[in-house]
Amino acid sequence: MRKAIHPEDAAALIPDGAVVLIGGFMGVGTPERLIDAMVARGVRNLTFVANDAAMPGKGIGKLVTAGCVARAIVSHIGLNPEIQQKMISGEIAVELVPQGTLVERIRAGGVGLGGVLTATGIGTPVEDGKQTIEVDGKRYLVEKPIKGDFALIAAQHADYAGNLEYSLTAHNFNPIMALSGHIVIVEPEMIVPIGVISPDAVKTPGVLVDHMLTRAA
Amino acid sequence: MNADVMERPKAAMSPKEIIARRVAQEIKPGMLVNLGIGLPSMVANYIPNDAGVFFQAENGVIGLGARPPEGMEDPHLTDAGGGFVTAVPGAASIDSAMSFGIIRGGHLDMTVLGGLQVDERGCLANWMVPGKMVPGMGGAMDLVAGAKRVIVAMVHSAKGDPKIVPHCTLPLTALRRVSLIVTELAVIEPTHEGLVLVERGPGVSVEQILAETSAQIIVDGEVPEMRIG
Repeated sequence: MRKAIHPEDAAALIPDGAVVLIGGFMGVGTPERLIDAMVARGVRNLTFVANDAAMPGKGIGKLVTAGCVARAIVSHIGLNPEIQQKMISGEIAVELVPQGTLVERIRAGGVGLGGVLTATGIGTPVEDGKQTIEVDGKRYLVEKPIKGDFALIAAQHADYAGNLEYSLTAHNFNPIMALSGHIVIVEPEMIVPIGVISPDAVKTPGVLVDHMLTRAA
Repeated sequence: MNADVMERPKAAMSPKEIIARRVAQEIKPGMLVNLGIGLPSMVANYIPNDAGVFFQAENGVIGLGARPPEGMEDPHLTDAGGGFVTAVPGAASIDSAMSFGIIRGGHLDMTVLGGLQVDERGCLANWMVPGKMVPGMGGAMDLVAGAKRVIVAMVHSAKGDPKIVPHCTLPLTALRRVSLIVTELAVIEPTHEGLVLVERGPGVSVEQILAETSAQIIVDGEVPEMRIG
């Protein structure tokens, strides 16, 4: 059984300089209250790994605006002009990774694989500085695993065993990141009694989850 | 999807509508298709609801439907551009690893993407302009590397600058030769011999196409006009 904690207590666990995997796609499926608490705490020098930087005023965009971020590993920043400006000014170092490669690197980090081989990015700037391997006559990039000190994820339902269920396009990176954070903190929309989420519906088994946030007030 | 739009006369067509209608003809019943954001997403307007086509949005849905009426949006159901959508009967929600497994693994029949440049090899550049626009590649590199067919849907030139060029000067999205280029002026098929002109836009001459294209174009005999509208 897990006891839910308040967002500010969860934010207090995350030290300056941490590498955080953050779920969400353009802010959909992002742990919003946890991010608000991190901004309020004033965490600094984060490296975040996420699909994108959302937009100013939403999700990860709030961390960018508040100056919490030193480095970002993302597939897309097109809807957040602030992070683009901070990338150009040198305030935030941005590594751009193809989306499918990013999710597999994170998965590799969480499932004990030494990396992934992918043809995505061959012949493009993504190939620069990377090892390539030929398998059965086809060339692949060697892409290294990514792990986080923390995975900060959002779910639709959690039960008190920590089992998680997700909704529609709010799945995105969340179930994958749940494997790859040393400490996994989930922000569920609802907490339900054990047994309400059928074992077949559980996408993230509770054994992977370290902390969950209390219900929204 | 929208009968009013489908029956409008072709004299009223914008360049983007011409492109979207022509691309729609490439989509066959039963296909799984991923449409990029912007112009490519307009293609869905010209696919009949009963065609049995499933649209994928790479953020995690197979069976993307139209935009919901105002007030009926689900905050957890968006497309890859972040806009609210619906899901059709038979839809499935999936995580990003499954979504890109489908894309890279050869399960996606077609992707339609915008382009900044396409060259004589059929290589596409569509994700950055160094020093100017660096939004990130998002899913574009996986889509071009993995889809069975890649269709580039774009206006023929950018404010007078040709976009179909001898050799891309912008960073490539992938080395893979795209399947088809559809603009308001032309349908062009990249082949191992080069770029072949297969159709002319409505009322457009071959000379006009060649004048607005800096790449070498192969013209083999009579070139038919697009049949749209």
